Amino acid sequence: MTNDLSLIHIENLKIGLEDGTELVKGIDFSMGRERVALVGESGSGKSLTARSLMGLLPDSLSVQADHFELLGEAVLPYNQRQWNQLRGKQVAMVLQDPKYALNPTQNIGRQVAEPLVLHQSLSKKVRIEKVEHMLDAVGLPNPAQLRKMYPHQLSGGMGQRVMLAMALINDPQFLIADEPTSALDHAVRDQVLELISSLVEERNMGLLLISHDLQQVADYCERVLVMYQGQLIDLLAASELSNASHPYTKTLWSCRPNIEKRGESLPILDRKQIASLTEGVAR
Amino acid sequence: MNLIELNDVSISHVQGSERNTVVHNVNLTVKAGECFGLVGPSGCGKSTLLWVLAGLNPHWSGSINMLGQPLSAGKVFTGDLRRRVQMVFQDPYASLHPKHRLRRALSEPLRLLGYQDIDDRLSEGFKQVGLAENMIDRYPHQLSGGQRQRVAIIRALLLEPKLLLLDEPTSALDMSVQAEILNLLNDLKAKRDLTMVMVSHDPDVVDYMCDHAVTMKAGRIDQEKFYS
Repeated sequence: MTNDLSLIHIENLKIGLEDGTELVKGIDFSMGRERVALVGESGSGKSLTARSLMGLLPDSLSVQADHFELLGEAVLPYNQRQWNQLRGKQVAMVLQDPKYALNPTQNIGRQVAEPLVLHQSLSKKVRIEKVEHMLDAVGLPNPAQLRKMYPHQLSGGMGQRVMLAMALINDPQFLIADEPTSALDHAVRDQVLELISSLVEERNMGLLLISHDLQQVADYCERVLVMYQGQLIDLLAASELSNASHPYTKTLWSCRPNIEKRGESLPILDRKQIASLTEGVAR
Repeated sequence: MNLIELNDVSISHVQGSERNTVVHNVNLTVKAGECFGLVGPSGCGKSTLLWVLAGLNPHWSGSINMLGQPLSAGKVFTGDLRRRVQMVFQDPYASLHPKHRLRRALSEPLRLLGYQDIDDRLSEGFKQVGLAENMIDRYPHQLSGGQRQRVAIIRALLLEPKLLLLDEPTSALDMSVQAEILNLLNDLKAKRDLTMVMVSHDPDVVDYMCDHAVTMKAGRIDQEKFYS
């Protein structure tokens, strides 16, 4: 993969409430056609950052940045119509829980075809072909039959694959996956991550994978961004994680229980120490 | 001593006139002081089994002996058993009353059982799980997920149970918060004479926590494992 850092370029991004409380406190990052994990606890601002990249923040939040470029365009002043042209075509997103993110009243075929209807003019026959091909590509059996099924007839893992099919059907340049596996069973998580990662690599796209489980995403990404309370506190290559120097990254990396750690207590966050460290970073 | 003995237990869910058997012919023993794990994919019947142990589903057959007391199918728990078996649920967002302050939610069972020193017990409980005592007059929505799960654990422990049932206690939580809760459970187990039955779909959590575990598959026990 090329590493020209051209897909996203953000400098000093701030997201705040109307009363002036800052939720994301000035972060910088750039990425190209690569797989990047954005990791942090709940409330660290990782989902807000991702949503700002899709123009999906509610109006009550204000977004400011010195630079905010997506695919080389300054998108911050975009209106809804311009965002609509971008979303689902150039940039796509996969959400956490397929149970809530899929429309329960429409069949799978119709939902997967929706991005095609919105962004391309194709005949119905070609659309159906494309949908079936896409469902096949995400590893779902029997696409022709599945197309006519409804979300409640699918398991969580299948639902997540359908969402991935919807996101990728227009061949976007960039995919944001917001905790795509948190609602899934343990056994299915790795399969879904493996699928996302291999499809992204195949299509030479950029991937921003959001998660709170550092160990799990590390295998599927090249770089890792660590957020804590609205700040980007660490940025390192995934291969360097085992000798990370920042205490927060270290704890996140080692807090996952396993059989070797039986009998010892798991490392937990020393929030005071981290607070004193992040004060130095804040501007 | 065996705290729980299940012999040839089958469990059904009853909906209207239909009866759907989801757990088939399970034999299990859990020793006192043990952390017992139930692992398996979603839909394998592990939570169903736990609900029977909590007395929340009377539709079972076979024989169950709990805390030295035989249970009879179709009946709810009676007497001491109701206090000695307590449960912590999966979702800390749903298991606390949203319109009651913590003090009210937590003191209700104590009042009912006629305890006098309720406030002392509550503050003792808060200390044990590592929460600040001034949180007691907050509402559940003013706490984070990890704090809420701690409150759910206090609630279960206030009645001094012998058996603590945990239904995926950490799967709704962040990885770093999960570590805090698991440490807390290990501490409590060491300090009190507590037996735990823990349901999880994460084999790593069970490997880390449990002394004895079974893997369930399609309503039956697939593998049994002892950790030494």
